[in-house]
Amino acid sequence: MSPSPSDGSHGIRISRVSKVYPGTARPAVDDVSLDIAPGEFMTLLGPSGSGKTTMLSMLAGFVGVSAGSIEIDGRDVSRLKPHRRNLGVVFQQYALFPHMSVAKNVAFPLQQRRMPKADIETKVAEALKLVHLEPYADRLPTQLSGGQQQRVALARAVVYQPRALLMDEPLGALDRRLRDQLQREIARMHRELGMTFIFVTHDQHEALTLSDRIAVFNEGRIEQVGTPADLYERPETLFVAQFLGESTCFRGTVDRQAGVLRCERFSVRVPEAPETGSGVVIVRPERLELCADETEVPESHNRVAATVTDVVYVGTHHQVGLRFADGTTGMAMRLVGPPLPAAPGDDVTVAWDPAHQAVVADPAGAAVSVPEVRSATPVLP
Amino acid sequence: MSDAVKPAVGRDHALGWGLKSVVALVGLLLAAPTVVVVPMSFSGADTFEFPPKNWSVRWYEAFFNSERWMFSLLTSVQIAFLVALTATVLGVGVAFGLDRARFKGRNAIRSLMMAPMIMPGIVVAVAIYGVFLRWQLNGTATGFVAAHTVLALPFVVTVVSTSLAGYDRTMDVAAATLGATALTTFFRVTVPLLAPGVLSGFVFAFVTSLDEVVIALFLQTPDIQTLPVQMYNSITLEIDPTIAAASSLMVAATTIVLLVPLLVRRKRSTS
Amino acid sequence: MTTATIKAPPGVSPARGAGRARRRAAGWLILPAAALLLVFFVYPIATIVWQSFTDPAPGLGNYVALLHDGISVTVIVRTLVTALIVAGSTLIVAYPYAYAMTKVGPRARGVMTVLVLLPFWTSLMARNFAWYMLERRDGLIDRMLGLIGLDGVVLLGTVAGVTVAMVQVMLPFMVLPLYSAMKQIDPRLLDAATSLGAPRRRAFAKVYLPLSVPGMLSGFSLVFIMTLGFYITPALLGSPQQSLVPQVIGQKVSALLDFGGAGALGAVLLMITLLVLFVVSRFTRPFTALSGTVGNE
Repeated sequence: MSPSPSDGSHGIRISRVSKVYPGTARPAVDDVSLDIAPGEFMTLLGPSGSGKTTMLSMLAGFVGVSAGSIEIDGRDVSRLKPHRRNLGVVFQQYALFPHMSVAKNVAFPLQQRRMPKADIETKVAEALKLVHLEPYADRLPTQLSGGQQQRVALARAVVYQPRALLMDEPLGALDRRLRDQLQREIARMHRELGMTFIFVTHDQHEALTLSDRIAVFNEGRIEQVGTPADLYERPETLFVAQFLGESTCFRGTVDRQAGVLRCERFSVRVPEAPETGSGVVIVRPERLELCADETEVPESHNRVAATVTDVVYVGTHHQVGLRFADGTTGMAMRLVGPPLPAAPGDDVTVAWDPAHQAVVADPAGAAVSVPEVRSATPVLP
Repeated sequence: MSDAVKPAVGRDHALGWGLKSVVALVGLLLAAPTVVVVPMSFSGADTFEFPPKNWSVRWYEAFFNSERWMFSLLTSVQIAFLVALTATVLGVGVAFGLDRARFKGRNAIRSLMMAPMIMPGIVVAVAIYGVFLRWQLNGTATGFVAAHTVLALPFVVTVVSTSLAGYDRTMDVAAATLGATALTTFFRVTVPLLAPGVLSGFVFAFVTSLDEVVIALFLQTPDIQTLPVQMYNSITLEIDPTIAAASSLMVAATTIVLLVPLLVRRKRSTS
Repeated sequence: MTTATIKAPPGVSPARGAGRARRRAAGWLILPAAALLLVFFVYPIATIVWQSFTDPAPGLGNYVALLHDGISVTVIVRTLVTALIVAGSTLIVAYPYAYAMTKVGPRARGVMTVLVLLPFWTSLMARNFAWYMLERRDGLIDRMLGLIGLDGVVLLGTVAGVTVAMVQVMLPFMVLPLYSAMKQIDPRLLDAATSLGAPRRRAFAKVYLPLSVPGMLSGFSLVFIMTLGFYITPALLGSPQQSLVPQVIGQKVSALLDFGGAGALGAVLLMITLLVLFVVSRFTRPFTALSGTVGNE
């Protein structure tokens, strides 16, 4: 289902691109390389200020690259003006021309391409049909709701069949319900048009539901590129683990020969430890088992004693807050239905299969700034 | 669309060279006349020259030793002060009335208050001159103050209205819930918050009167001439370099006076 | 500039009954100022317009005289043309400046705003005196142009000289409405237009320019109207042979005490002013932009 990265002759190839804005010391984008296959849905995910929007602006040509190159279908476009790149762009604030009707907005790119008038009319009608806005052709953008405006923007950006559609937080200005609805619509358009989509967001939920692959940005660099499942199940850095979804993180020292991570009061088995040094073991909440009776736990599993601090009911499941012997806090998740094995204040044994954990390097043991994640609910992959 | 200028995220926001040089030229056009006056006033020569070959303060001495210049300065300042006082009192009333009262014809009143700003200045001047001839108000302080107050009112009304519009009425409610009486609320909450706006209104009114020439030209008599009228006469009748000193003093005075509310506001926002 | 605060909805005040009485009472606060304006502004203007129909004899004599005295029509046309030229030149000069103001950082914008307000702040007489000195024979402009081989350029006493000085005086009234219209234009619209295939220049012409029309309209009409009534600058910098309506009005009153004739010319100015205001108010609100800026910086 997910196309493999291209060999560079087709699709979009970003090679070692950097951007330094005049008057700033830190590069906004720092030596980024990324290949995007034709027809792929690629999401650039990261907190604000991580460089994802700057990357998109460089793809579109609104800002120049300071170093590196961008190729589209094998042709270097780094020095090309935006209007020569033939890409579609959708902006967070819609950027519809307020003095033109919906139909005129959608016709604008076709007029720039000197298409005959009759063809323009057909194309505009088709594009408006694609986003279910045929009856609104003669309205002004200000007479439409936010969701409708963004659908006009989508129609305008795909009507001339650009080589790729770039979207900069297109759902950021909409309320939750509209966001979900438009998300489905974008997914449908991707299926129907078979076009390359490049989508910028800081919302992990959006990224996980929509994308073929996700590139996680942090401080101008890409931390990890992979399918949603890759990133969720096998995060390669602590940042990725903490930015996407909830997790319990055990910090300690890796002892490679013994195959364990030594924490302050206990050890955790790490069969495939990458290297010796300080490390972090990451376990997702739905992988944690809570057992009152330790004998039920399979021999191969990791087990750590913990105290239940609180239980929160969130509809589909319970979130069980945990505190481990070394002070680490964590969270487990239990589906609503089966009775909970523990109540707040109880001591429990927490167990999990080491195959479901990820081990990453502890970034120099320094305090890691945990980005504020928007939704409090954990994300199910 | 938001009404603030968006921070230019993800853009290179340098101006092109063409635009930069146009901006520089326009800036020069805006600033040049002001910049030229000041060095001219320090010239040591008997006639105007720019740039001056030697420097002196003789024209300032001439200004302060001339009975005529000093008298017109005094007249102007007195009139401007009375105008500022009257216009501020009346203008604050108007701003409050327009903000708090609900009645028909509010827009008509608003337009009336703004009208002196856009009516052709010369028409207002000769019209007032005409009726003042009959009422024998020409060359009287009352006449000057009344006429200048008409011109100054729009400024006070706009400035005070703007700060009233920005005044959050929930603060009145908040003060009331905290146990303040209406009177306490007015003096402890409303007045301190509106004071900067009222002060700017006062200053604008003062400067408007201090700077006004057209009406003053018509209302002048040999006994009562404002500083701008004296300046006008000195250009058209005699060309006396003392006017360079007078101009520089006017520029300095208006700048200082107009900076006062700015500094007050700055201090408020930093403290 | 706009702050998102929770405002009490209009008409809701802590004590409803008392509030209503106080609201009505607040209306009386307007009375003193209204009275002052009626006596010292509305009445004089009504009088002079009345006099244009009655003084020296009842009828349209003063207006007929304007048509036949062989000079008034020329002066009116000259005044209108001058006002058009001044408003047009001011627009051309102010547009790139206002556009640049929306593009630069906050510090540069502050400097540019102060520069624009300079003519607003500096004494009118001081400024006219400065232009007088700059434009006269052997003035700075004459000598500077002499350096590049253009001798004897004396702007003083010419329409060009008046125009240059008026453009400087009027710039704030053009830049401020333009700027407040332009800052409402989402800069992303230009990016959108270029991404859709329009070269930068065409994107500007098709998207930015039309959206800045309201600002251009209010600035242009404001400058046009104010130029019509300008007395001091043409009187000092212009020539008596090229006089404009305000000077003629002034002469009629101060030299001839001809209030009827002055009133007729004044009424013409008033009519043009009101006509421009009426036409423009159908498209935009020219003075909201200005009134917002008076106390701003």
